[in-house]
Amino acid sequence: MDEPNRLGARPETRPASPAHSEAKSSEGRQAGVARRSPAELAERALEGEQSAGARLIRLLENQERDGIEGLKALYPHGGRAHIVGITGPPGAGKSTLVDALIAEWRRRERRVAVIAVDPSSPFSGGAILGDRVRMQRHATDPGVFIRSMATRGQLGGLARTSFEASAVLDAMGYDVILVETVGVGQDELDVVELAHTTAVVNVPGLGDDIQAIKAGILEVGDLFILNKADRPGADETEKQLRLMLHLREGEERDAGFEPPLLRTVAPRGDGIVEVVDACTAHYEHLSTTGGIERKTAVRGHRFLVELVRELASEAVFARAAAGELAQLVDDVRARRTDPYSAAERLVAAMLKPS
Amino acid sequence: MARPIRVLVAKLGLDAHTIGVTVVAKAMRDAGMEVIYSGLKQTPEMVAATAIQEDVDVVGLSSLSAAHMRHFPRVVELLREQGASDKLVIGGGVIPEEDAEDLKRGGVAEVFTMGAETGDIVAYIEQWWTSRTA
Ligand SMILES: Nc1nc2c(ncn2[C@@H]2O[C@H](COP(=O)(O)OP(=O)(O)OP(=O)(O)O)[C@@H](O)[C@H]2O)c(=O)[nH]1
Ligand SMILES: [Mg+2]
Repeated sequence: MDEPNRLGARPETRPASPAHSEAKSSEGRQAGVARRSPAELAERALEGEQSAGARLIRLLENQERDGIEGLKALYPHGGRAHIVGITGPPGAGKSTLVDALIAEWRRRERRVAVIAVDPSSPFSGGAILGDRVRMQRHATDPGVFIRSMATRGQLGGLARTSFEASAVLDAMGYDVILVETVGVGQDELDVVELAHTTAVVNVPGLGDDIQAIKAGILEVGDLFILNKADRPGADETEKQLRLMLHLREGEERDAGFEPPLLRTVAPRGDGIVEVVDACTAHYEHLSTTGGIERKTAVRGHRFLVELVRELASEAVFARAAAGELAQLVDDVRARRTDPYSAAERLVAAMLKPS
Repeated sequence: MARPIRVLVAKLGLDAHTIGVTVVAKAMRDAGMEVIYSGLKQTPEMVAATAIQEDVDVVGLSSLSAAHMRHFPRVVELLREQGASDKLVIGGGVIPEEDAEDLKRGGVAEVFTMGAETGDIVAYIEQWWTSRTA
């Protein structure tokens, strides 16, 4: 297996291989995505072709050069989608809610994409991604695109390349992108930086747990969903949630937007119209208050800073002379130097003009 | 960076026995694969659309009834029609020998009958992957 071209690798000039010219031929759809160039994949993704978009996301997920080239071509076409994050504790009904939300947005003739994140096993690196089980009635709807992603070591409730995936889906013209996070506790809230609107899902009977989650999660929600409202204890939980939302007033992120608390019974679709209305109202609020630009700037900043971090560290290791890293590790081991001095030397070597 | 093999595991047919597929899915995960489980009662159309959206490398189909096993080749056909014939389609379940041969003629790469160990399935996929990317 050849080593994938990493983010940090120097751009390669790509020879026009026979495979590529063949894929450009008339019967491209039959030829399959496997042999398409990044430009071609991007072009077809822009036309809404799911297999092309899916392949780009896969390439990006694997940090392959072709994926990055494709994203560069797609990126200018994005910026129209409403990105909605759905977060909350494990088993709260997030996937069931997403399923119901897809149905309601489809009823409103919106095209919907979903990024559903589940954790990778820290032991094997593998994962079982089961969110989409609850959404399969939409599998063959051409206006719906569901992509499961494994975290691949990323903390924060999202996958390593959720930002990239959402950029692809955005450029493909999906009106709404629903992002289901892994079932989270408190401070895994990357989704807030990705989404325009973040919905926090709670369920009855959390009791003392609400105290546990209030610190992080309640402060970031743009709307709150009390799902499983058919379960006992809904009234009590709603009372507690209202109290806590009341406490957070004054430190509102979007001045002038009161985060609603909505009850749902996701498998029955109860309360879903109200959730979609609230998401839309929040987006409109953002639109009229400069919030979209602000969110886009936050997202861009986060995306950019992470990439620089990644590219820079890869460049450092790529530049390190053969054996230098091993030598420094040995020096640290023998306490001839300390880890800070060693790291500074490696970085300084990269910053030297070559 | 590792590039995990992505596998879609789906059940065709009306039975609700999930134990078999769950065991297989776990074995795949433990071998470092990303397994998308799309659930019970899937139609060939749902499987093909899902395989494309998820851009999996492998589609693993399971069925406990002969009737629904007949749909395995339909999945192969749909994938081919949609330009996704690069995906490996394998099947499993209670499958008599002669049916297995039929399925293979229909484009199902390998068929694992009840006697198969999960390890055999994992090994088969890994071998295919190595030979494909070599
Ligand atoms: N009674 C009741 N059950 C619900 C409701 N919503 C979801 N469920 C059930 O709760 C269980 C978990 O639902 P999921 O949608 O998988 O929950 P999730 O938050 O996506 O779970 P993870 O992704 O594993 O964190 C399922 O058995 C659902 O059928 C509801 O409103 N009422
Ligand atoms: Mg879920």
